[in-house]
Amino acid sequence: MTAGQVQHTGAGDNAQSAGWVREALREHDEQPGEAGRFPRLGSPQPLPGTVREELVLERIDRARRARPRVKEERITMSHGAGGKATQTLIEAVFLDAFRNPLLEPLEDAARLQVGGARLALTTDSYVVSPLFFPGGDIGDLAVNGTVNDLSMAGAVPLYLTAGFILEEGFPVADLARIAASMQAAARRAGVQVVTGDTKVVEKGKADGCYINTAGVGVIEHNVNLGVAQARPGDVILVSGPIGDHGVTIMLARGELDIEADLSSDTAPLNGLVADLLAATTGVRALRDATRGGVATILNEIAKAAAVGVLASEDDIPVRAEVRGASELLGIDPMYVACEGRLVAVVSPEDADAALAALRAHPQGSQAAIIGAVTAEPPGIVQLKTAFGGTRIVDLLVGDPLPRIC
Amino acid sequence: MRFVDEFRDADKAHALAAKIAALCEPGREYKLMEVCGGHTHTIYKHGLEDYLPEQITLVHGPGCPVCVIPMGRVDDAMALASHPDVIMTSFGDMMRVPGSNGSFFDAKARGTDIRMVYSPLDSLKIARQNPDKQVVFMAIGFETTAPSTAMTVLRAAGEGLTNFSIFCNHVTIIPAIKAILDSPDLRLDGFIGPGHVSAVIGCRPYDFIARDYGKPVVVAGFEPLDILQSIYMLMLQLSRGESTVENQYTRVVPWDGNAVALRAIGQTMELRPYFEWRGLGFISHSALKVRDEYSGFDAETVFSVPGVRVADPKACQCGEVLKGVLKPWECKVFGTACTPETPIGTCMVSPEGACAAYYNYGRLTRQRVKEASRS
Repeated sequence: MTAGQVQHTGAGDNAQSAGWVREALREHDEQPGEAGRFPRLGSPQPLPGTVREELVLERIDRARRARPRVKEERITMSHGAGGKATQTLIEAVFLDAFRNPLLEPLEDAARLQVGGARLALTTDSYVVSPLFFPGGDIGDLAVNGTVNDLSMAGAVPLYLTAGFILEEGFPVADLARIAASMQAAARRAGVQVVTGDTKVVEKGKADGCYINTAGVGVIEHNVNLGVAQARPGDVILVSGPIGDHGVTIMLARGELDIEADLSSDTAPLNGLVADLLAATTGVRALRDATRGGVATILNEIAKAAAVGVLASEDDIPVRAEVRGASELLGIDPMYVACEGRLVAVVSPEDADAALAALRAHPQGSQAAIIGAVTAEPPGIVQLKTAFGGTRIVDLLVGDPLPRIC
Repeated sequence: MRFVDEFRDADKAHALAAKIAALCEPGREYKLMEVCGGHTHTIYKHGLEDYLPEQITLVHGPGCPVCVIPMGRVDDAMALASHPDVIMTSFGDMMRVPGSNGSFFDAKARGTDIRMVYSPLDSLKIARQNPDKQVVFMAIGFETTAPSTAMTVLRAAGEGLTNFSIFCNHVTIIPAIKAILDSPDLRLDGFIGPGHVSAVIGCRPYDFIARDYGKPVVVAGFEPLDILQSIYMLMLQLSRGESTVENQYTRVVPWDGNAVALRAIGQTMELRPYFEWRGLGFISHSALKVRDEYSGFDAETVFSVPGVRVADPKACQCGEVLKGVLKPWECKVFGTACTPETPIGTCMVSPEGACAAYYNYGRLTRQRVKEASRS
């Protein structure tokens, strides 16, 4: 062969072709309404391009609405990354097993009616590495995370539990430091840790210290917050610059040889939420943008309310350090975790009051309106880029991996 | 942010877009190929197509490192990684590329020691820390990443490391471009040339495209204004009936390339007689292997590699997408059987793959975007 000559190989589904491919294709063939509609997509046919593209997009929409199924045989790191795989796992395994009306909305906290009281209940586990990082540690993270999940339900957080899974050999001094930090965070948020549990596993069976916290709070305002409440015309706000926590952790791992003057934004949001709910009755939904970042929240809004979301890149507050590190690593700050930022969906007439209330609080001084809810296209988040184009913002697939070139 | 914001200026983009539109001859269709996956990513991520008249179609090329890795090489890597003494290291992009028995991520979940690194030099650190293990770096990429692999081999040799090797899958861009130019089923008007590859090899290697095939080439940077300006430069050449090689990315690309990087590649690697490209088949002299003098760092010499050939799944049309014959959405399985979470083809894996870029960012026709922006 001469340079550049291509020898086409007979690409066929021979015996070596993988079983999972056949499986995927069988499902593909079973997509309802396919027969006759797409006779030979991919081969030349008389339909004009835009019409064919529309048909393909419809087909994709149908595939995305199909019942979620975990295709992997084993759990991979993607299942914990807060993106599409996490969502599929939750819906296909946990929701399927535990299905009940309280769980089904998949909000940050469940809302319960107990006697005359409306309560919110939530739980969260913490496996952050490193355990200590600029701006916080696993201890205050574990308290703030659960306080925030309760706050997002519009509840006043009251009591927390704390469960510890410790690895044999873990320094007691570190554990004491974590406990002290938890206590300080609890005091700041006005909650108490009232019960707990301790387990120790053999060396190598865990990574130092894992913490689970659960929390209960009482819903005092007459609010029924939920992302399914979003309506076209609503305004979307974020309470401050995004991505600080995620980038801080990535840099704190020390694998990247990048240094930046950044610290985690871990903080309790109950004070901020109390001020917001006192200032306006127009709040429809609150979410704290943890794993999966703001992009994931916007997708949850679009999906749960069957609405579109149009955000503006120019309006999303991002610190220069976070932007810089993200550019270097090839990741998008929209997907990077925060631990002290909320996203609020607010009716249009209350948007100014909500923004003013957030900005009046020290934790919301850089709050901003970042977008709006639209009627079309349902289930899809679009971003007006700073460059002036428009693109989709989808759920993240897998870890936020750096690109190689 | 300096060096970023000035290349994303919407006002300048509007001005350039108007100049591009003015150069379009009525009734003429223009097909321009961006060779590099990094360009594809930028185009979709910033919504650049919104600025282009409908007469201009951007065709996505083969320059996506993980997209062109055939399934057989993934299986070979997996065989290496499953050796009990081996720690495999890989760039993050490679982790989700499917072989016939799943991806590196799946293998990792089964207990295989595969670690993600950000630089090949990190693999040396792992080798030093694990003297009783063999560390194998999954080397992939075009001329962009080959120099860093070459430097890693040279450093390993300098340190006298005996437990480090690379599984070399480096490919070269020119034979792939030539294969596309010789492909009968595609008519292109010009090329947005690869930026970072050119930082290494320079602009001269593209001369044959302009001279022998009569197509203009503009080597382009990776910010959206870089690409828009390159499209303008291509359109200007086309309007004048010219075909030359131009360099838009002068802030990074020297006309003659980077001699130090080229020397490092030449010292440690040589061309293979042929190499299989995903969906494109075997292309002569299109990939690099470790030179015999450094065979101690060549995983294919140190270990026995099965060298399996696995046919691409019949339904997967990555080859047609990589050649730009098909738009991603024209593939039979796009978005249904093949999605970013369960990719069949490599183009759906890497953020630089045309299918993944289209699925994640561009899954709307221009028409629908306009309607949505109004609502």
